[in-house]
Amino acid sequence: MKIAIASGKGGTGKTFVATNLFYVAVKNGRNVTLADCDAEEPNVEGFLQGKPIRKKTVSQNLAVIDPEKCVYCGKCRDWCIYNAIICLEEQQKIYLLEDLCHDCGACLVACKFDAISETERRLGTVTTSVIEEDSVLTEARADVGIYSSVPVIKAALTASGTPSLLLMDAPPGISCPFITTVAPADFVVLVTEPTPFGLNDLKLSVETLEQLGKPYGVVVNRDGLGDHKVYDWLEEKNIPLLMKIPFDREIARIYSQSLLVAAEDDSYAKQFLLLLQKIEALCKN
Amino acid sequence: MQKLKEIAVISGKGGTGKTSLVAAFATMANHPVVADCDVDAANLYLILHPENYKEGKFVSGHKAIIDYNACTHCGLCMAHCRFDAIERKVQEGFPKGKITIDDINCDGCWLCSRICPEKAITMVPEDDSRWYIGNYRNGKMVHARLSPGEENSGKLVSKVRELAKETAEAEKIDLILIDGPPGTGCSAIASLTGADKVLAVTEPTGSGLHDLKRIMELAGKFQIERCVVINKYDLNRRMTEEIKQWCSKENISVIGTIPFEPDMVHSMVHCKSITEWTPDSPISAVVKEIFERLII
Ligand code: SF4
Ligand code: SF4
Ligand code: SF4
Ligand code: SF4
Repeated sequence: MKIAIASGKGGTGKTFVATNLFYVAVKNGRNVTLADCDAEEPNVEGFLQGKPIRKKTVSQNLAVIDPEKCVYCGKCRDWCIYNAIICLEEQQKIYLLEDLCHDCGACLVACKFDAISETERRLGTVTTSVIEEDSVLTEARADVGIYSSVPVIKAALTASGTPSLLLMDAPPGISCPFITTVAPADFVVLVTEPTPFGLNDLKLSVETLEQLGKPYGVVVNRDGLGDHKVYDWLEEKNIPLLMKIPFDREIARIYSQSLLVAAEDDSYAKQFLLLLQKIEALCKN
Repeated sequence: MQKLKEIAVISGKGGTGKTSLVAAFATMANHPVVADCDVDAANLYLILHPENYKEGKFVSGHKAIIDYNACTHCGLCMAHCRFDAIERKVQEGFPKGKITIDDINCDGCWLCSRICPEKAITMVPEDDSRWYIGNYRNGKMVHARLSPGEENSGKLVSKVRELAKETAEAEKIDLILIDGPPGTGCSAIASLTGADKVLAVTEPTGSGLHDLKRIMELAGKFQIERCVVINKYDLNRRMTEEIKQWCSKENISVIGTIPFEPDMVHSMVHCKSITEWTPDSPISAVVKEIFERLII
């Protein structure tokens, strides 16, 4: 079973939920992998120390233009929808803007003079660590400033294989990195806060998941801090409220020390186990 | 008029209180243009409630569509597509299998449409994203909504900033406040390039410092003046010290520390900025001081 843990924006407690779910699943003897797909800001590693056993570099092809062969016809530039090629016909100059190249291969097909070849460009890494026997963390980490973290996320999902339980810490937002992560999921847990910002972000995530036809449920974090509108909205829309996590300075303190609340406090361990069971029950329906 | 100044407020990840702080600045500044560049999770409008007077479509990209009246299912497009977006599916009535395009994987590169011998592929624009310009109670606001699953938030951010600049110039406004997106990807870059100053809002957690380092590394590449605010600093004073030490080592000034204060959330629940909600509170005094240090 594949479960994605997501939220409209970061900082709502998505990693908190993912790591604690992972902890209780491991304690209950499950074969579980946690994939940290928040490749622009991977944070899980701070909470789960393990032994890295594999570190793979993710790269893309990068077009290279040979000035000896190029006749400055400009066709490759016209075919490059990402504006990565600048060709100055009159000055007989051609440039490739590496940061914009999406590795689509169009320029290679366009060039009739065999002037374009390819090298590799690094996009990030995927690190696999063993946390405990049978439980693994795969972390997608995008290099700073690359055009899209999607190829790195895809590589992390491939590296995660097919454990009996795969948890995916999804990137925030509703654009491609998020879609890439939730696409393989059987169920999506949306984590939000009971505030106007939280509700606004939640609505966007829900709209996106509805379009994708994914089953989902909601965890409200920092319950008691904001207002009641999130709960009213969930009820009105008939969206399952899976868990409420109270606003509690003690939790904030434990979290800020990079510890897991389920490991520190038995009652939370029970609640997270209950959450896991609820999700599994919803998936079976 | 003074030279136009663009200040970007960013954070490595969301939820650090960045938008609440921008909202406070937006209600304190002398008639600024506010640019909400967090187009993926635009929240600032909930506090500023702008009245939009201008709206436009944003084409974020294109998606390939096959015309099955023309397609011979030769598979040439599938061989060319580098995004694994084209598949040959077993389906009755299609002896060679049916060539289909998966929307989620299609990157909109146009290659398949250019090479299809039957000209059976068209590229349709994705234009569900919108941008808006409006008036709010203390100035102008430019914001946008990225449609679900669309790429190119970086380009939409650039569009928002371009509109903010045009608005500032037309109205003779000398300050643009940018609410930046989280992360270190192309939209974060687009919100930073050409800014005069960048303020990173962080929290005293291990991951907060980790994210701060990444985002500051990015800002450093663009040689923009950098400063930091530590929000909820009292939740972990040891970590706060660690962040301060790191900043001083990197020559980044910490222009303020804000204690944890439930009023920050209460003001948001009432759709007001903190300085509007409790103008005379100690927390508002702290925020005002930060703003003064920011705009010098
Ligand atoms: S591979 Fe694609 S994106 Fe890269 S330069 Fe060539 S046409 Fe442009
Ligand atoms: S298509 Fe080939 S020959 Fe023409 S400008 Fe590009 S690289 Fe040069
Ligand atoms: S290249 Fe054109 S004709 Fe051939 S399978 Fe693709 S769409 Fe159909
Ligand atoms: S437009 Fe590009 S990514 Fe999309 S299906 Fe065609 S070749 Fe693949």
